[in-house]
Amino acid sequence: MKVLEEVGRGTTGFLEYTGGIASLSADAATFIGRMRIRFSETIAQAYFLGVQSTTIVLLTSLFTGMVISLESANQANSFGVSNLVGGAVAYVSSRELGPMLTAVVVAGRAGAAIAAELGSMVVTEQVEALEALGLSPTQILVVPRLIAMMTMLPILTIFADIIAIVGGMYLAKVVAGIPYGEFVQSVREYSAFDDYMKGLLKAVVFGFIIVIVGCYQGFRTRNGAAGVGKSTTGAVVISIILIFISNFIMSFALFGTRPAD
Amino acid sequence: MSLAFIDNASLSFGNKVVLRRCSLEIKEGAITCLIGLSGAGKSTVLRLLNGLRMPDVGRVTVMGVDLMTLSKRDLIDFRQRIGFAFQFSALFDSMTVGDNVALPLREHTRLSKTDIDRIVNRTLDSVGLLQAREQMPAELSGGMLKRAGFARAVVNNPRLVLYDEPTTGLDPIITHVLTDTIKRLRQQLDGTAVVVSHDLDSIYAMGDYIAMLFEGAIIEYGTVEEVRRSVNPIVQQFLQGSEVGPIPI
Ligand SMILES: Nc1ncnc2c1ncn2[C@@H]1O[C@H](COP(=O)(O)OP(=O)(O)OP(=O)(O)O)[C@@H](O)[C@H]1O
Ligand SMILES: [Mg+2]
Repeated sequence: MKVLEEVGRGTTGFLEYTGGIASLSADAATFIGRMRIRFSETIAQAYFLGVQSTTIVLLTSLFTGMVISLESANQANSFGVSNLVGGAVAYVSSRELGPMLTAVVVAGRAGAAIAAELGSMVVTEQVEALEALGLSPTQILVVPRLIAMMTMLPILTIFADIIAIVGGMYLAKVVAGIPYGEFVQSVREYSAFDDYMKGLLKAVVFGFIIVIVGCYQGFRTRNGAAGVGKSTTGAVVISIILIFISNFIMSFALFGTRPAD
Repeated sequence: MSLAFIDNASLSFGNKVVLRRCSLEIKEGAITCLIGLSGAGKSTVLRLLNGLRMPDVGRVTVMGVDLMTLSKRDLIDFRQRIGFAFQFSALFDSMTVGDNVALPLREHTRLSKTDIDRIVNRTLDSVGLLQAREQMPAELSGGMLKRAGFARAVVNNPRLVLYDEPTTGLDPIITHVLTDTIKRLRQQLDGTAVVVSHDLDSIYAMGDYIAMLFEGAIIEYGTVEEVRRSVNPIVQQFLQGSEVGPIPI
């Protein structure tokens, strides 16, 4: 009985959460559809959520690009296929690591910030104050963040792709003596423009996940400052899990059906 | 004439019953004071009146509109006609005081920037805060925050203004000033106000009607004089602030 009760509660909680996320998304989509967008706030959020995440995104992708190159360059050299290294780095970055790592890092920084800010607005009754003034918290708070993030995350991903490749190129030369020319040639040969575009499409979806989960977690904050901490942690954990799951699904849908080269 | 009714409203949070068959009438053009013990549900009753809370059963009618029948979006629009001054002010802490007060006008009217500036200045002046216009909420004292909250609540001339504990925790002089402010704002707007308060002096000074909330229902309602003469021992104990009586402590 106890177990059934637990499962029942878990299921209800899950359905309630999913329903909440869906209705928040629908509400936000309606405002966007009717072009009820606050532009100056959107720009401010793009700066805060996007531009200010640049350093951390660049650092993580630089080192990731370098480490992929380090691993593959030595292997490739020993098999005499050093002309594949650039392709390997570009292929992995554009399809998977660029969008994923950028999203995970931004979820940790910006997703947490969104949940914390909205959560403290809830506990200080500022969200109710918006409603009391006849304003929609979704329109005022969610829509600008959503548009800002869905624009900025792909841009950050482009930076991440580039810096990973550049870092990889540098490392391939240093550790395996692969000339820049050969590396670039390999990038061109083994990575498709299409892959970069699909990676950016993933980034748009990840941006949506980060903001909707962050906002929803913020809005459902209860119990003062302790509650804010809980929603913030929850926002990061849940959005990262959703990023991984949706990444798998999208990889499957976007790349999975292509015959192996 | 009555401006609003709460009709047999019941409301629970989880298994905690806050209101049970609570009914209340708000007279137009008057100040109705809502009194009751801490945690009795006074803030909840105020939130019923602008639809921030919906009763589980019962009805809330404001200005002839049954709030339960409004869609979410219509309800948000409807709230423009109702001012709400929060218990803890709830100013937007990312905006200056002036921007807080200007927000309803910027969002809901097509007034020019100069007109908005003029109205904001006039409203801030009427609560004695003109000099704090460019300050951030974090830089204000408790009394100043309350007054900034009043200014934001009344800036677009709502017909009904709801004040949640406007004077709690403030010194006697500020209390006096705020009491006068509420009275004066009601006259200026020619509107209706509902004030949640524990402060008997300020209730007697500004109130026209008193309603007392106890154990989820209104147990006494009348003009200030009537309620002061009430024979209900609970009401008398509350008004005397006495330890002995029927109210469990
Ligand atoms: N959102 C909520 N979730 C759960 N319980 C709530 C919520 N809002 C209010 N309550 C409970 O409802 C009861 C009434 O709360 P309310 O804030 O209306 O009281 P109040 O009369 O305004 O008290 P005070 O004088 O202390 O402000 C309290 O016991 C409170 O714990
Ligand atoms: Mg209260």
